[in-house]
Amino acid sequence: MPMPEWLRLRRAEAVPADQAAQWTKCPKCGSMIYRPDLAANAWVCPNCSHHFRMHAFDRISMLVDSDFVEIGGELLPGDPLGWTDKVSYPQKLQRDREKSKLTEGVVCGFASIGGTPVALGVMDFNFRGGTMGTVVGERITQLFESARERHLPCIVFTASGGARMEEGMLALMQMAKTTLAVRRFHDDGGYYVSVLTDPTTGGVSASFAFQADVILAEARAAIGFAGRRVIEQTIRQKLPENFQTAEFLLEKGAIDMVVERSELKGKLMRLLDYGIGAQRPANGRAALLRAIGAPPESAESRA
Amino acid sequence: MNAIVEREKGLIELEQRIAALKTHAAQQPVDMTAEIRALETKYAEIQREVFGTMTPWQRVNMARHPKRPLGSDYIAALDQFDELHGDRHFRDDRAIVGGFAKLRGRRVIAIAQDKGRDTKEKVLRNFGMPSPEGYRKVIRLVQLADHLGLPVVTFVDTSGADPGIGSEERAQAEAIAQSLYELADAGVPIVATVIGEGGSGGALALALADRVLMLEHAVYSVASPEGAAAILWGDAGRAEEAATRLKLTSDDLLQFGIVDEVIPEPLGGAHRDPVGVVASVLAAVDNALSALTVVAPDELRDRRYRKFRRIGAPAT
Repeated sequence: MPMPEWLRLRRAEAVPADQAAQWTKCPKCGSMIYRPDLAANAWVCPNCSHHFRMHAFDRISMLVDSDFVEIGGELLPGDPLGWTDKVSYPQKLQRDREKSKLTEGVVCGFASIGGTPVALGVMDFNFRGGTMGTVVGERITQLFESARERHLPCIVFTASGGARMEEGMLALMQMAKTTLAVRRFHDDGGYYVSVLTDPTTGGVSASFAFQADVILAEARAAIGFAGRRVIEQTIRQKLPENFQTAEFLLEKGAIDMVVERSELKGKLMRLLDYGIGAQRPANGRAALLRAIGAPPESAESRA
Repeated sequence: MNAIVEREKGLIELEQRIAALKTHAAQQPVDMTAEIRALETKYAEIQREVFGTMTPWQRVNMARHPKRPLGSDYIAALDQFDELHGDRHFRDDRAIVGGFAKLRGRRVIAIAQDKGRDTKEKVLRNFGMPSPEGYRKVIRLVQLADHLGLPVVTFVDTSGADPGIGSEERAQAEAIAQSLYELADAGVPIVATVIGEGGSGGALALALADRVLMLEHAVYSVASPEGAAAILWGDAGRAEEAATRLKLTSDDLLQFGIVDEVIPEPLGGAHRDPVGVVASVLAAVDNALSALTVVAPDELRDRRYRKFRRIGAPAT
């Protein structure tokens, strides 16, 4: 079970050369932040605690104990509609692959969190705005199916602009497909926690994001069904400042809790404990291997 | 102005001329059969030319034609209907009509989206855009159907779920997600028919079904063409262009395996023969139910799972 290259790099806290000298401006308070400092602070502004959108790889490396075994990574999008506007859909995909280093809008797999093996899905807004096309739908479906087979709890981080237009109705149907997988997982006794991150809207919020047993949201994340612009155009008036934020949804009773990123892993560990009475085996890696059915390894093979 | 209504203008003029000529002929001893026949031939030619092949945008306009049969027309054509109101929490959303019904003698729960016919009714029904309460009514009715072992029959016609402040405050996304969640597990047959516009998740929330039927000139898309154009290009005005790319016509969706059966419409659209179209839709629904009611609940759920499971799955 080799550790993915990206996870090994992040574990080593190696700052890629092209990033070393970069400074980033906080969109909230405007302060200039040295990127490695930002990364070390889980992409939270040290000045105003603005939560930057996180790359899926960073998110996974922040959460998991040690390893991550990806599933569905081999699934790649086609071009079912033969879509072209300014550029072709395959060109858009290629551009996003290069820009994000991702193959699609979600990374799914197995890992252990605080010693408890889980099925984990992390969406990434950097790839086509986290939109759900056939591959995102398929990977999420496979995640729930695998979690059900292995009796693992499932945690999904959502970040999405909704269904992906360039895959048309095939994209919309992923809402139905993932719903069926979540429901089957649930009816079989599965425990599912979703974490809504900035932004979670459209077809993703209207399917698996809001079908979890426990629904968390990251502080100040934008969450809703219709996009803010659509609503403004429809009603032709300015929307209140906190409209469609995590805090707004908490107040309206739509989600269970709002969590600061720095407290997220601890909170998830507690929720795993409540949900499945997660003991903390000393060796998270061994527990993970058992859970996914991989053979236990000797000391040499680990090295 | 609706593009189909625009195209119909010339035809309506011709229709009136033929009618006038016929009345005239009946009062006169002169034989005008030849003239009438010539006009009728011309009429048929134009009709074929205008409606024989339609662009996706024309289909969208056909689906939105002001005279097209609406959800309530299908409900009214059932043998019997008793409306059940409200979501038991907040209010009764009139964009969705639902209740006990009999379809060809069979007891069912019928649920329809309705856009409203005249201005007053359109406002009452929020132009067919359901609020969370509408979807919560659906959830409640599907639970009732499941409890009583009654099949669920839905008629889909919406440009999308309501995008207002109130709908967001009352968790529109959660309402749609839960409606899908409920349909996913119902142990009774579900037959959905897209009768006009199937707009996005707001339509799918009534269409996670064992059998999905669609009228020939209905459209069903990931977002309304205006919505898709706004999302893609920040310009709702490019709706026609979006419509041509989205593959939202009944033949496209039949090919993708998203729709199981297409119900033909008369030349010129459903509104040319509303009674006939409504009857043929109800016959198709009845037919679909006959095949499904013999299937055991667990087998139904399994088949429903497999039906959607293969959409967008890698070829094996």
